[in-house]
Amino acid sequence: MMASSQANSRVNSQLTSPVNGPVRAVHSPAGRGLGLGRLFTSHPIAVRVLSLGLFFLIWEIAGRIPISYAFPTFLETLYAFSSLLLDGSLIAAYGSTLQPLVIGVAISGIVGVGLGIVMGLSRKAEWLVAPLFIVLQSAPMAALIPLITFVYGIGLMAKTLAVIMLALPVIVLNGYKAIRNANPSLVAMCRSFQGTRLQQITKVIIPDASPVIFAGLRLGLAAGFIGVILAELLITPTGIGDLITYHRSVANYAEMYAAVVSIILVSTLTLAALEAFEVRVLRPEKKRG
Amino acid sequence: MTESTAPVHAVPRTEGDSAVEVRSICKYYGDIEALRLIDLDFPRGKLTTLLGPSGCGKTTLLKIIAGLVEPTSGDVRVNGKAVTGPGPERAFVFQDFALMPWATVMRNVAFGLELKGMGKAERQSIARHYIAEVGLTGFEDKYPHELSGGMRQRVGLARAFAVNAEVLLLDEPFSAVDEQNRRKFQEDLLQLVEKERKTFIFVTHSIEEAVYVSDRIVLLSRRPSRVAQIIEPKIDRTASPDAIRRDQGYLDTVEEIWQGLKHYVD
Repeated sequence: MMASSQANSRVNSQLTSPVNGPVRAVHSPAGRGLGLGRLFTSHPIAVRVLSLGLFFLIWEIAGRIPISYAFPTFLETLYAFSSLLLDGSLIAAYGSTLQPLVIGVAISGIVGVGLGIVMGLSRKAEWLVAPLFIVLQSAPMAALIPLITFVYGIGLMAKTLAVIMLALPVIVLNGYKAIRNANPSLVAMCRSFQGTRLQQITKVIIPDASPVIFAGLRLGLAAGFIGVILAELLITPTGIGDLITYHRSVANYAEMYAAVVSIILVSTLTLAALEAFEVRVLRPEKKRG
Repeated sequence: MTESTAPVHAVPRTEGDSAVEVRSICKYYGDIEALRLIDLDFPRGKLTTLLGPSGCGKTTLLKIIAGLVEPTSGDVRVNGKAVTGPGPERAFVFQDFALMPWATVMRNVAFGLELKGMGKAERQSIARHYIAEVGLTGFEDKYPHELSGGMRQRVGLARAFAVNAEVLLLDEPFSAVDEQNRRKFQEDLLQLVEKERKTFIFVTHSIEEAVYVSDRIVLLSRRPSRVAQIIEPKIDRTASPDAIRRDQGYLDTVEEIWQGLKHYVD
């Protein structure tokens, strides 16, 4: 019974499909919805601006309801942001936040990519180092930050270390997986044209692995931002962490939000810059669709 | 084995000298015996095809000749010299093209020369010549993902030609190319074989392709692989491609090989 009705419906759909075909064909190329879709695909920046605009609009509405006494509107936050920028406190804050961040990310980047490449190329190095980083990556780093203060105090060293602890594992593990998964066919190609081991590594394996290595660097950079903010909130309030803590303590919620938004902004822009650098320098083919 | 199976080396070696000699090659992957006592000569300046049922170790044999895979025993000689690894007298064309996606057609074609340390201007002028030869002029600055499968393999072929090796090893070069492009490519390959005067060793699983392009076809048996038969298609290569494909000798050879291979197919 079931089978026969299924068979019937299949016959029916087969019968109707020639009718549906042209109808759909009339709609699709000239359809209004698709026209809008085409606008979006041809102007990706417009879409991003629109998406951000919508988000800010919802934020503004949510702030005006208001959903909480401590939740400022978008415009208030924007105002607070520009006043923080103008009185120089934001710039001063970044001056001290960026120190451990830049040092920590630079060390993590260089050591992490280097270690990742070595681990990817050598099984011995993999056995020696990989377990440590796998454990580190899954450990809740925030819980280890008090431990750092215990050993290294509350200075730049401790904060840099916090950044490294968060940024390094993901960079190392991505780098190592990228190298290990480099296209074996390309390596064989290089070998067949008598490429030396060094040429194999520099001309084939590393360029082939670079997208994943860079994905690791981007994740590491993002983790580095988390690390520096955690350190500034948990160790001693300095820089942007101080700005957040201070304005929270005096109930300047708009300023507090402005500081939080500014760190998101800086982090996003840095990540975008890193991506642009990667495409420009290492993978030129991605520039073209 | 069918009655039509000829003994090993039934074809008299009257072609002159051999560019590549394969002597008692055996290959084991763990406990699996892939190749058993393969003895073969590849005549200079000819296109020899290795043909056999899938998984019979044709590609393994080709990679052993290339020096990319170590045989368990036996040896390969190129121009009388034993092979210990890849060498400048051999160039490989890969089934999956093995093009560097981050490099332009120009850099990909010149890559073999780049590895040898040749200067940029010199290697690019050589590469430009072979890019033209495979019919890709105007695509020098494109990236592989901007090309069709057939065009990508033309890049792979140009790269192999550019290093000016005497022996070209082609591992199922057309298997990832669509049918229509493959036919065109086969026709172009015949012209290049004619023009370049190199020794070609070609692996394929397509009987028609083997008969169409080869001077000599080596049929390998199922694993453990041995030389089952050697066939020299008697086809007039000066005829047009369409005439060749309708030629009675061509059709008979295809049929003969199919009869020989049929019993390996489940």
